[in-house]
Amino acid sequence: MQSKVDCLKGIAQRLRARAVRMVYTSKASHLGSSLSIADLVACLYWHTLRINPSLPDWTDRDRFFLSKGHGAALLYAALAERGFFSVSELQTYCKSGSRLTGHITSGVPGVEFSSGSLGHGLPVACGVALSAKREYRQFKTFVLASDGELDEGSNWEAILFAPQHRLDNLVLIVDYNKIQSFGRTKDILDLDPLADKFKAFRWAVREIDGHNMEQIIDTFQSLPFEPDIPSVVIAHTVKGRGVVSMEDQLAWHYKTPSLEQVEAAMRELGVDL
Amino acid sequence: MRTAFINQLCALAERDERIWLLCGDLGYSVIETFADRFPSRYLNAGVAEQNMTGLAAGLALEGNIVFTYSIANFPIMRCLEQIRNDVCYHNLNVKIVAVGGGLAYGSHGYTHHAVEDLAVMSAMPNLMIAAPADPIEARAVTELFVTTPGPGYLRLGKAGEPILHAADTRVELGRAIQVVDGGDLTIISIGGMLGTVLKANEELNCRRIYPRILSMPFLIPLDTAAILDAAEQTGAILTVEEHGPGGLGTATAEVLAGCGRATKFQSLRLARSPIKVSGSQEELRAAQGLSVEGIVQASELLCRGPRPMVIG
Repeated sequence: MQSKVDCLKGIAQRLRARAVRMVYTSKASHLGSSLSIADLVACLYWHTLRINPSLPDWTDRDRFFLSKGHGAALLYAALAERGFFSVSELQTYCKSGSRLTGHITSGVPGVEFSSGSLGHGLPVACGVALSAKREYRQFKTFVLASDGELDEGSNWEAILFAPQHRLDNLVLIVDYNKIQSFGRTKDILDLDPLADKFKAFRWAVREIDGHNMEQIIDTFQSLPFEPDIPSVVIAHTVKGRGVVSMEDQLAWHYKTPSLEQVEAAMRELGVDL
Repeated sequence: MRTAFINQLCALAERDERIWLLCGDLGYSVIETFADRFPSRYLNAGVAEQNMTGLAAGLALEGNIVFTYSIANFPIMRCLEQIRNDVCYHNLNVKIVAVGGGLAYGSHGYTHHAVEDLAVMSAMPNLMIAAPADPIEARAVTELFVTTPGPGYLRLGKAGEPILHAADTRVELGRAIQVVDGGDLTIISIGGMLGTVLKANEELNCRRIYPRILSMPFLIPLDTAAILDAAEQTGAILTVEEHGPGGLGTATAEVLAGCGRATKFQSLRLARSPIKVSGSQEELRAAQGLSVEGIVQASELLCRGPRPMVIG
């Protein structure tokens, strides 16, 4: 187990480093939003999801929807490192003519669906999960959403829908880093008590430290948490996690790091790319 | 028209297990036929159109042909971004059905007037747009939507519309239907105005004006060839639609402006401003010239006005 945990932690650091490089090279943004989901994505793509990078459209694969499409750099890095496409293509991120746009875009091998506008992933995933239920298929459907996008009414329509139709093959992961695009969630539209809200909507809820790899592995291994109802993982995370100077700061939703900051981040992450 | 739609959908669903129907908690006494026969492919998504459209996209991703169904603006306006991003951008097999197109719910008030739908939907990528004129067209369009991959928008009337076409009328994707041939002008209508146009034709014939009459079931793909032929062969075009700006008239004007040939043209349509009074569909149409008298008057003006200057 320990070697698995260490391996996944190492992968998460590598994905962070890739995202830092990509955002620096393209002078893009949303770095903090990428860094906060690195541990969750590493566990999903290297441990939890049943996927086959050489057959991206394999019909029995688990489906993963990145609803917070602005975390694109981190997911592209994961897909490339996992073998869906060449790592060298990551250098084109957000550059002229590249298919790797700043919000996650389908057509890139391994990407299930384009997102960018918030509140779209969960309803679509409900449709996929419903189709699987009605056809007695065994794959699971995962959605990774931001905390800020839980402001969107469309999500609550879907949160109401999923237990009604017993979608225990559906998993929502909330990247609860407590910062949305123009401030702290508690100051804008406070989501708390978030777990109680999901419980009231008849979801099975687990709250975890979204950077504790043992917890992430254990949690994903015990899906579904209860029979006949959907599962939600509220992952308490830190925006910008992994680069101390970027942690828990709204500014890193927008800023591009300087070369000095990139080099310092690489040293801190312990990755040489 | 909605009965023709649901009966045709049931017949198609009998043969094709990929067909699903989702409704937004509306469709009383219409869609039960489908729900009872195909319960595993039917769903009432509740009063939640954004989620309904997202669900449809998800179901379509898994290979299904998914119809969403609701009244007037509800399945398109509230969930427009889901239509744009989830359905149209991904070119998914989702067909959006709005019942009560135009002023069919006239007395219900402006919220229920679907009079901007064609304009809004025609801005969406990859989307077929159909507004059938009668039950014959409605049945044919439903089948074409099933056999043609990609997203579609189907604007239906309500119930009880008369059959205007012969049962064996050929309806093809993106093709106008010539209902009457004539040479003095061409009247092109989309959706439920065809009946009024045909009545106006009788009056015009009495006045020795013989129009060509085209029904245009599809706004997209638009039969530009039929428009250009009409311009060349009849010299004048009148479009008639139960819709504000941005519909068939706008699309026809764009075709005519681009062809480099001066053609007398008028668009008979609703004004941009909302209708704030109650009234039957016929009354509200007539108040804005969408009547036999309005069509006759506009046709006469087009025929008797000065001939356009030919610019090449």
